[in-house]
Amino acid sequence: MLELKNITYEVEGNKEIIKDVSVKIDDHFVAITGPNGGGKSTLAKIIAGIVTPTGGQILLDGEDITGLNITERAKRGISFAFQQPVHFKGLTVKDLITIASGKQMSVTEICQILSEVGLCAREYVNREINNSLSGGELKRIEIAMIKARGTKLSIFDEPEAGIDLWSFNSLIKVFEKMRDEIKGTILIISHQERILNIADKVIVIADGKLEKVGTKEEVLPGLLHTATACSTLVEKNER
Amino acid sequence: MDSIQKNLLAQVADLHEVPEGAYNIRANGAGVSRNTTANIDIVTKTDKDGIDIIIKPGTKNESVHIPVVLSQSGIQESVYNDFYIGEDADVTIVAGCGIHNCGVDTSKHAGIHTFYLEKNAKVRYVEKHYGEGDGNGENIMDPVTIVHLAENAHLEMETTQIKGIDSTIRVTKGDLAEGAFLEVREKIMTHGKQYAKTDFAIDMNGENCKCNLISRSVAKGNSKQEFFSIMNGNAACSGHSECDAIIMDSACVTASPQLTANNIDANLIHEAAIGKIAGEQLIKLMTLGLTEQEAEEQIIQGFLK
Ligand SMILES: Nc1ncnc2c1ncn2[C@@H]1O[C@H](COP(=O)(O)OP(=O)(O)O)[C@@H](O)[C@H]1O
Ligand SMILES: [Mg+2]
Repeated sequence: MLELKNITYEVEGNKEIIKDVSVKIDDHFVAITGPNGGGKSTLAKIIAGIVTPTGGQILLDGEDITGLNITERAKRGISFAFQQPVHFKGLTVKDLITIASGKQMSVTEICQILSEVGLCAREYVNREINNSLSGGELKRIEIAMIKARGTKLSIFDEPEAGIDLWSFNSLIKVFEKMRDEIKGTILIISHQERILNIADKVIVIADGKLEKVGTKEEVLPGLLHTATACSTLVEKNER
Repeated sequence: MDSIQKNLLAQVADLHEVPEGAYNIRANGAGVSRNTTANIDIVTKTDKDGIDIIIKPGTKNESVHIPVVLSQSGIQESVYNDFYIGEDADVTIVAGCGIHNCGVDTSKHAGIHTFYLEKNAKVRYVEKHYGEGDGNGENIMDPVTIVHLAENAHLEMETTQIKGIDSTIRVTKGDLAEGAFLEVREKIMTHGKQYAKTDFAIDMNGENCKCNLISRSVAKGNSKQEFFSIMNGNAACSGHSECDAIIMDSACVTASPQLTANNIDANLIHEAAIGKIAGEQLIKLMTLGLTEQEAEEQIIQGFLK
């Protein structure tokens, strides 16, 4: 279980990016949503140890991990799929999946993981993680790394961003499957109704604050009608 | 050969025993063994130190290994090797030099390699430089590679220097006739107070010839690297050069490409990038459980792969 206690992140010029956020994440599949610029990615980075909060505490299964660095948190079981995947000159898909899994992997095992995220495996195993791969492919590889790790907390930052509508349907299936298979907690930042619909809990972050927490039935209806509503959802709904 | 020499051979030529095909192994300033084949002759030069490697036209799928090892401290030598590759031949040539210097004297090897590729000849040339030793003696290597490519000749050259060379000036010069293709891939890593300079000068003289130079390097510690390249497009041709360097600690890297188009249809491109390891690359690998140092090692290893 992950617990955030009064998390605050202030940057120079007294600008508060995250304002006193407290929340317990103990459900299996939790979605975070809210307008762009609201602080969702920042909060995910705070959980993964990439950004150090200026105030508050982070507890993982009761242990205070606020002072732990990225590596230590990764070893405690936190995985994080970036909103913008990183390019690597020279490192291949195989290299990264192997590093992620923390053990030697056979080509068959790597192919298995890749095909689960909708990549035709053989073609990809030896590809470099660079801009010769499309945005959608990089996002899938990012997800594959998290699957390869299989830790108790998996955070995905807008996995749907940059993925075309056709591939999106299959991606949703990936998450539906993950929801059924992964034992730990999945924390997913998303604007997609279909993702929010399979969430056990939905958290709304807007303007750095925790706006709402609850089941999708409690949160979603209001979400579409408040001033801070996520515009993509509104647009989709109106179409 | 003693075990030190054998280890050097394994490092520079991946050789664990006597290679197949033609070879000439040189240790501490003298030839120690040689093999020729029906198609590949190796002849000792009479006017200076070195050999001529003569490959008959049409020779296919054969290889030549010409490794050099220096295990006595203080040997300084310049060796001239000339390669004559006949028409339509298709061969692999593996050169390389390993220095083991446990003494206090400077060991130095300068290999001056000149390639004459006849029409349609195809060569893959692999060269590795490696140094080791716990003495204070310096290891210096100054390779010169001169390539003359006739019509439609094709040369791919891979050069690697990852470890143990204190100072190197590597010069590569070439001229390309119609339809010829030259590709050079170089990988360099320097640390401590090492110095490495790369100097390319290519004349693209024939219609539709192509040249691709790719340099990847990592400079650590207080080391210094310089990359100079000159590419002259004298005909309708296409040239591309790329210098990509990772800089660490207090190292210094200079990239100075020069492109000259002397023909309206010469198409020349240079890309240069120098910078430290991107923070986000380190962060990504750390979120996968690596420490910062392990992440750094993986990134460098991949970059120079
Ligand atoms: N280090 C920083 N300095 C200044 N502003 C920042 C910093 N980090 C994030 N921000 C700002 O905080 C806001 C929240 O960003 P982000 O967490 O990426 O939002 P979201 O993921 O919800 O779209 C944005 O306005 C962003 O520009
Ligand atoms: Mg974001």
